[in-house]
Amino acid sequence: MSTVAPNFAVKDPRAGDAGGGAPPSFGGGGDGDSGGNGGFDYGERLRRARLGLVLGLTAVIMLFVGFTSALLVRKGLPSFDAQTNTYSRDWVAINLPWTLLLVNTAVLLFSSLTMEFARRGIARQAALAPVKSIPGVTLGDEKPFPWLGSTVILGLGFLAGQLLVWRILHERHFFVNTGPSSSFAYLLFATHALHLAGGVIALLYAASTSWLLHKPVEAQRIVVDITAWYWHFMALLWIYILVLLMIVR
Amino acid sequence: MATSEVVHAHAAPQGFIRKYIFSLDHKVIGIQYFFLALTAVWVGMILSLFMRIHLIWPNADIPLIGHIQPETYLSLLTMHGTIMVFFVLTTAPQGGFGNYFLPIQIGAPDMAFPVLNMLSFWTTFVAFVIMLAAFFVTGGAPLHGWTGYPPLSAVQSTGPGEGLGADLWITSIAIFCAASLMGALNFITTTLDLRAKGMTLMRMPLTVWSWLITAILGLLAFGVLLSAGILMLMDRNLGTSFFLPVIVVNGQLMAHKGGSPLLWQHLFWFFGHPEVYIAILPGMGVASQVLSTFSRKPIFGYRAMVYAMLAIGFLGFMVWGHHMFMSGMSPYSAFAFSLLTMAIGVPSAIKTFNWLGTIHGGRVRFYTPMLFAIGFVSLFVSGGLSGPFLAQPALDIPLHDTYFVVGHFHLIMGVAAIFGIFAATYYWFPKMFGRMMNEGMGKVHFWLTFIGTYAIFMPMHYLGMAGHPRRYSQLTELAYLHPLIPVQRFMTYAAFVTIGAQLIFVVNLFWSMFKGQKAADNPWDATTLEWTTATPPPHDNFGGHTPVVTHGPYEYGVPGAARDFIMQNDPTPSTAH
Amino acid sequence: MGLALLAVIWIITFVSTYFFIWHPWWLPAGASAAAAAIDHQFNNTYIAMGIVFVLAQCCLGLFVWQYRDRGSNSAPVSYSHGNTTMEIVWTVLTAVLFVGLNLMGSQIWAAERFDPAGPSALPVEVTGMQFAWYFRYAGPDGKFGLTNPKLMDPSSGSEAAIGLDTSDPAAKDDVVTGTMFLPVNRQVDLTLRAVDVIHSFFVPNMRFKQDAVPGLAIHMHFTPTQIGDYEIACAELCGLGHYKMHGMLKVVSQEDFDKWMAAREAEKQ
Repeated sequence: MSTVAPNFAVKDPRAGDAGGGAPPSFGGGGDGDSGGNGGFDYGERLRRARLGLVLGLTAVIMLFVGFTSALLVRKGLPSFDAQTNTYSRDWVAINLPWTLLLVNTAVLLFSSLTMEFARRGIARQAALAPVKSIPGVTLGDEKPFPWLGSTVILGLGFLAGQLLVWRILHERHFFVNTGPSSSFAYLLFATHALHLAGGVIALLYAASTSWLLHKPVEAQRIVVDITAWYWHFMALLWIYILVLLMIVR
Repeated sequence: MATSEVVHAHAAPQGFIRKYIFSLDHKVIGIQYFFLALTAVWVGMILSLFMRIHLIWPNADIPLIGHIQPETYLSLLTMHGTIMVFFVLTTAPQGGFGNYFLPIQIGAPDMAFPVLNMLSFWTTFVAFVIMLAAFFVTGGAPLHGWTGYPPLSAVQSTGPGEGLGADLWITSIAIFCAASLMGALNFITTTLDLRAKGMTLMRMPLTVWSWLITAILGLLAFGVLLSAGILMLMDRNLGTSFFLPVIVVNGQLMAHKGGSPLLWQHLFWFFGHPEVYIAILPGMGVASQVLSTFSRKPIFGYRAMVYAMLAIGFLGFMVWGHHMFMSGMSPYSAFAFSLLTMAIGVPSAIKTFNWLGTIHGGRVRFYTPMLFAIGFVSLFVSGGLSGPFLAQPALDIPLHDTYFVVGHFHLIMGVAAIFGIFAATYYWFPKMFGRMMNEGMGKVHFWLTFIGTYAIFMPMHYLGMAGHPRRYSQLTELAYLHPLIPVQRFMTYAAFVTIGAQLIFVVNLFWSMFKGQKAADNPWDATTLEWTTATPPPHDNFGGHTPVVTHGPYEYGVPGAARDFIMQNDPTPSTAH
Repeated sequence: MGLALLAVIWIITFVSTYFFIWHPWWLPAGASAAAAAIDHQFNNTYIAMGIVFVLAQCCLGLFVWQYRDRGSNSAPVSYSHGNTTMEIVWTVLTAVLFVGLNLMGSQIWAAERFDPAGPSALPVEVTGMQFAWYFRYAGPDGKFGLTNPKLMDPSSGSEAAIGLDTSDPAAKDDVVTGTMFLPVNRQVDLTLRAVDVIHSFFVPNMRFKQDAVPGLAIHMHFTPTQIGDYEIACAELCGLGHYKMHGMLKVVSQEDFDKWMAAREAEKQ
């Protein structure tokens, strides 16, 4: 692919950050081609997907910023009690099953570990894919450990653990409308769980890209990579939620 | 032309469904958003027409609707505001024109994430359907205003429409939040990562800057609105008390306690204020683009325009409290918010001076897009200058929740931003549909709308000063409102004329799509990248020839150049200042 | 077309300005101690904004006509990317104007809202509910009795509407009315409450407005300075009856006020 370009230097002093934001070369044509796959630059697509994920996570952060500010305001807020003509606070701390929550935390952190192994594993596979396409070349280790599947199971385990937390709270008579501390606990747990469930679905999709949809391993790698970072974020978010609930107790 | 050869990233789709319904092509998606917004604006305008009729003839029997009750008026008002703000002003400028032209103006073949783009449109569509469904359920659409303050909005028994209608309203908005966040993600990634060679940040057209900054605002603001909506759904349906203190509604003591109605206001306006900048920034970008093109001069102070938009975006997150001066919020906070609000007037003023500076010394061509851009500047000045009144809490005491506020935000959002959309439509229609719109009809549309909207909304300021509260379904009860009724009548007649004039636009739009004069690739002799490619653009925008950018976006009237404009990918060297 | 634009823009500008100067519809007569300062600041703002409005619109109209494309008769475009000096100048001027106006107005806001009512102010409690205003006076003991949401019965009006707890001794002399009486030239210490949704107590002539929020008891003050009858409007959307939730404020001499209070107290026996 030839590039038709002006054969003199173009000086534009107004172009402040010349080249700011890497000028992408579109679709290959010899630049940045990861090789062997129809002219796609997977490295570029991965970077782009990661940027998209960072932005998406920013939005999720803002959702929890909204919840956090509501929580802090509500905790500190006195309400006018007409019966006594005074302002009073009505925050009664929820009795959370901390042991179970810590077990769930361990499960989630462990799943982050398996997720990370899965991510690195498929990154290696993607890097070696061009080599594999050379006839006669094999690299042992044809059956890698199912890190992805393990993450799914651990993720589902976490969600099951959260359902158990919900049940215990009911037994302790803390329902969603029992008081503000309960409402926020249920809200934060449920929103996190929903987002995590979304992550599990993404993992199932990632697993299916190989044997169901027959996408090239580089494409799979992007899906797994993005889901992995999302998954790690979910773990960090969980820790944040626990710390927050601990502080406002 | 400086280009580089390139392989297509994906081939053009076949089949009606993949081409027109679930298309991944940003151009098709942009047009889908545009038509969604067009439908929404007609729904919104009809609602406002019924409102204006009811104010003057409260006992009238309207065909198909019958007699409008006070609660119905409030439902019309609520849905009018919600539909206009979300499904018109947050959709057409960004989802419509931004989607269509952002990739092309930066030299990209599509958005960064085409599947996400398609999903964001259809999610918006679903949100719209759910919003409209609120009209048809028991109790009808909610009556709590587009701002939805609890407890009115959070308790089902506070009024008709506050049952299922209100739940649908919140659900629709929550879904809309998700759709906007998807779109914002796409816009930002595309602008940062897909610019063609030579398209540095400081060579981007101001439209691209406006879409980028708008997307950043949306990314940060919609999450907070979503959080507020979730809390409200919980209060309404799960018995929680985020926003609800002890209240007695219709003689019934409610089970809630300890919540704060002000919490909703803070969360809502933390979103709500950036939202109004989301509504106006793309219009500012289009105004700059069109004024420069049709004055045949570079935009005056490109860098200042960029910094001004960045300042507006940044400060926009710090002023939400100016909607709450009378709310019971601390008066010290009010002072802080008021100072920041006055500060945000400064970059807006800079932009206005620069628009005037662009016209000054130019050679103005009065095509329809230019008329609407000039109208935009006039309306932005008018609407903007009532801001400093409201920004001062002491003056907000008489003016808050009166027609003064209604006049202010309608001139800015309901007219200036709409003029931005009209300018964009007339300007880019040839590129989108391959034909020219009718100039004669365009000019008639402009004059009737320009004069008509001033006639409707300027008098609102006088009403507000006289103490006329807003959101009143009838003007018969308060004695001091009676002398103001003739003004309301005048506004209603002006509304008839102005809404009628929009029919001219619709006729022009559809007729020109099929019968308009065929358009050249660059009918306006403009410089930005969309005018370098075929009309309408091919599937990958540039027919395999990605442009290489060598000039800034507004090189008009360059002394010594062969023509009075130099396109951004022109290979001749730039003689820059 | 350029001339048409100039003409229409200038006409719209002058017509709008004319109404601002002639003001057939304007702020109603001020009847409180704060009104003069607020009205004065209003004047400052609208003169300043008015000048900017006229200048900006007239420039716009003038420029689009003056710099219209006259075909081959046109002077060449003055190619320029801007003027940094001018940018700085008009940015600074605008900032000074806006911030200056704001600081002037802030003094009034501080005077009205930063400090609580004085010790000799008359305490009055205003309660908003769908769709009426009730006013409570503390009576000779100077204390407001307790209210209880469980005792609220809006349909019976007055004491029961605000849920007055008659078992509380301080409540026995509380007077609840549907019309607000105030003595002239005496500061009133208002306590604003709401029973169901947010309402807003707005008396245009007093230049007074404050939201009444459920869950809060908001203290605010003003001083009526003219005897007369003033309409009270609700200024926060509160439901289907928002437009007819109005009340009446009667400002009377201290003497007449005392007579009225005495009559109300007598009724309670």
